[in-house]
Amino acid sequence: MSFFQMTKTVLKNLFSRPATLMYPVKPAKKTDATRGHVKIDPTKCITCRICQRKCPTQAICVDVKEKTWEIDQMRCVVCAVCVDTCPTKSLTMDNQYRPAMTTRGGLEKFTVAGPKKKEPVVADAAKPAKE
Amino acid sequence: MSKQITVPFGPQHPVLPEPLHLDLVLEDEKVVDVIPTIGYVHRGLEKLVEKREFTEYVFIAERICGICSFIHSQTYVQGIEQIMGLEVPERAQYLRTIWSEYSRLHSHLLWLGLFADSMGFESVFMNAWRLREHILDDLEATTGGRVIQGVCKVGGVRRDISPEKLDEMVRGLKGMEHELQDLSKVFLHDNSIQHRLRGIGVLSKEDAYQLGAVGPSARGSGVAIDIRETGYAAFGKINFKPVVEYEGDCYARCAVRVKEMFTSIDIIEQCAKKIPDGPVDMKVTGAPDGEYFSRAEQPRGEVIHYIKGNGKKNLVRHRVRTPTFTNIPPLVTLLKGCDLADVPVIVLTIDPCIGCAER
Repeated sequence: MSFFQMTKTVLKNLFSRPATLMYPVKPAKKTDATRGHVKIDPTKCITCRICQRKCPTQAICVDVKEKTWEIDQMRCVVCAVCVDTCPTKSLTMDNQYRPAMTTRGGLEKFTVAGPKKKEPVVADAAKPAKE
Repeated sequence: MSKQITVPFGPQHPVLPEPLHLDLVLEDEKVVDVIPTIGYVHRGLEKLVEKREFTEYVFIAERICGICSFIHSQTYVQGIEQIMGLEVPERAQYLRTIWSEYSRLHSHLLWLGLFADSMGFESVFMNAWRLREHILDDLEATTGGRVIQGVCKVGGVRRDISPEKLDEMVRGLKGMEHELQDLSKVFLHDNSIQHRLRGIGVLSKEDAYQLGAVGPSARGSGVAIDIRETGYAAFGKINFKPVVEYEGDCYARCAVRVKEMFTSIDIIEQCAKKIPDGPVDMKVTGAPDGEYFSRAEQPRGEVIHYIKGNGKKNLVRHRVRTPTFTNIPPLVTLLKGCDLADVPVIVLTIDPCIGCAER
C-alpha cells in the first residue's frame, strides 16, 4: 500500500513543474506591494529633509545648500517611511529588488530641484553620481 | 564511575540556524550536565531606543527577529498605544490578528522543515518549505515584505487588505489545508519519526511551570498558557482553544506546533468573516509618558516588551523578554540524562531563536 503511495508521489513529482523558481534566469516573484528600493524624482524634491529625519537607519542625507539628495542603498532597510512622509511625492517605491553589489559603496547622489520658488535644475543632473 | 568529558555543541552546528553554544558534560554517551552560553549575536537594539523616535523604532523592534518579526512590532506598538491611551480602529486590530497568525503559520512551517532536517528527513524539509512559500507570497502581496513586513505603526497598520484579496487568501489557505494534513500525517503518525521523538526529552508539567517554559514547550507539557487568550488585538472576539498536549516529550512539542497551524488557519478564516469596514489607522499626536508591559503570543511563546517613556519623542527604556530566552532553563533540564545523539533533536524542539534572545 505504502509502496503505491510512494510511486504516486514519485510520478507526480516527475511530471509536474519544479516548485522552485529558476532565478536569475527567470525574474524573481514580485507583487505591486513589494518593497524593492527607493526611487526619487529629483524635479519634485523640495529639500524639506523630512525623509532624512524619519529614516530609521539614517540612510538618507539631504544637503539644502548644495541641493543634493543622497541615499546609501546599503544602509536602507526599505521600510518605505520616506515614501509615506514625502510631502511632494517625489519619493516612490520601486518593486524591483536591487541587484547584488559587487563593490563597496551603494551611495547614490542626486541633484534636486529644491524649494519651489527657485528655477528647476536641468534634467541631466538627475543621473546618479558614483562616489 | 566513568570519566566525564565535555563536548562543545555550537555555536556553529549543522542543525542550529543560529549561534547557541552548549557545553555538554558527558559520561559515556549520556549527557549529565549542560552549560549554555549565549552572546554571539548581540546587537544592542534596545539601546537604540534612546536615539530614534518612538514611531521609527517600530521598524527596529520588528528587526529583533527575522521570523516573528510582525509580532515583535505588534507587541511594541500595542505597548505604546496603551501608554498613550489610543483606541486603534477595529479593522486594524483584525488585520494585525490576520498577519500575526500568518507569521505563526510561516514560523511553524519553517520549524517543521528544520526539525525534519535535523532528523535527516530532507524531503519533508523541502515539502514544508514549499508550503511556507505560499504563506510568504500572501504576506508579500499584502504587506510588501516577505519576512520583514513593516506594516505595523503606532495607531494602526500601514496597509489595508481588500475584501477580494482576503477571500483569495482564505481560499488559498483552504486549498493548502489538505497539503498540510499530508505533512502533519508524517510528523504525527510516521513510524520512524515516532521512534525518534516519543519518550525523549521529557519535561514534566511541574518543571515546565517552575522553570518558566513558554509557548509550545509549555503547552507540550500540559501547561495551558496561551497569551492569545488574554484577547489582545482581535483575539478576544475569535473562538479558539489553545492546543495542549500532555506527554511533555519531543513528540508532544512537535504535535502542538503541527496542530497550531490548523488553529491559525481557523483564526484567519474567522477574522476574514468578522472583519468590519472602516479606517485602518488614526492620527497620533504627542508622545508616550509612562510605562507598560506589553505581552503577546509569538510562535515560540510569550514575548514581553517593557516600554518606558517620559513624554519626549525618544523613549527612555525598552526591554524585551523573548520566548527563547525563557526556554533555555527548561532546555538544560531537558538535556540532562539524554543521549548525545538526541541532543540536536531536543534542542530544536524548543525552537531556539537566538537572534531574538540576544537582541
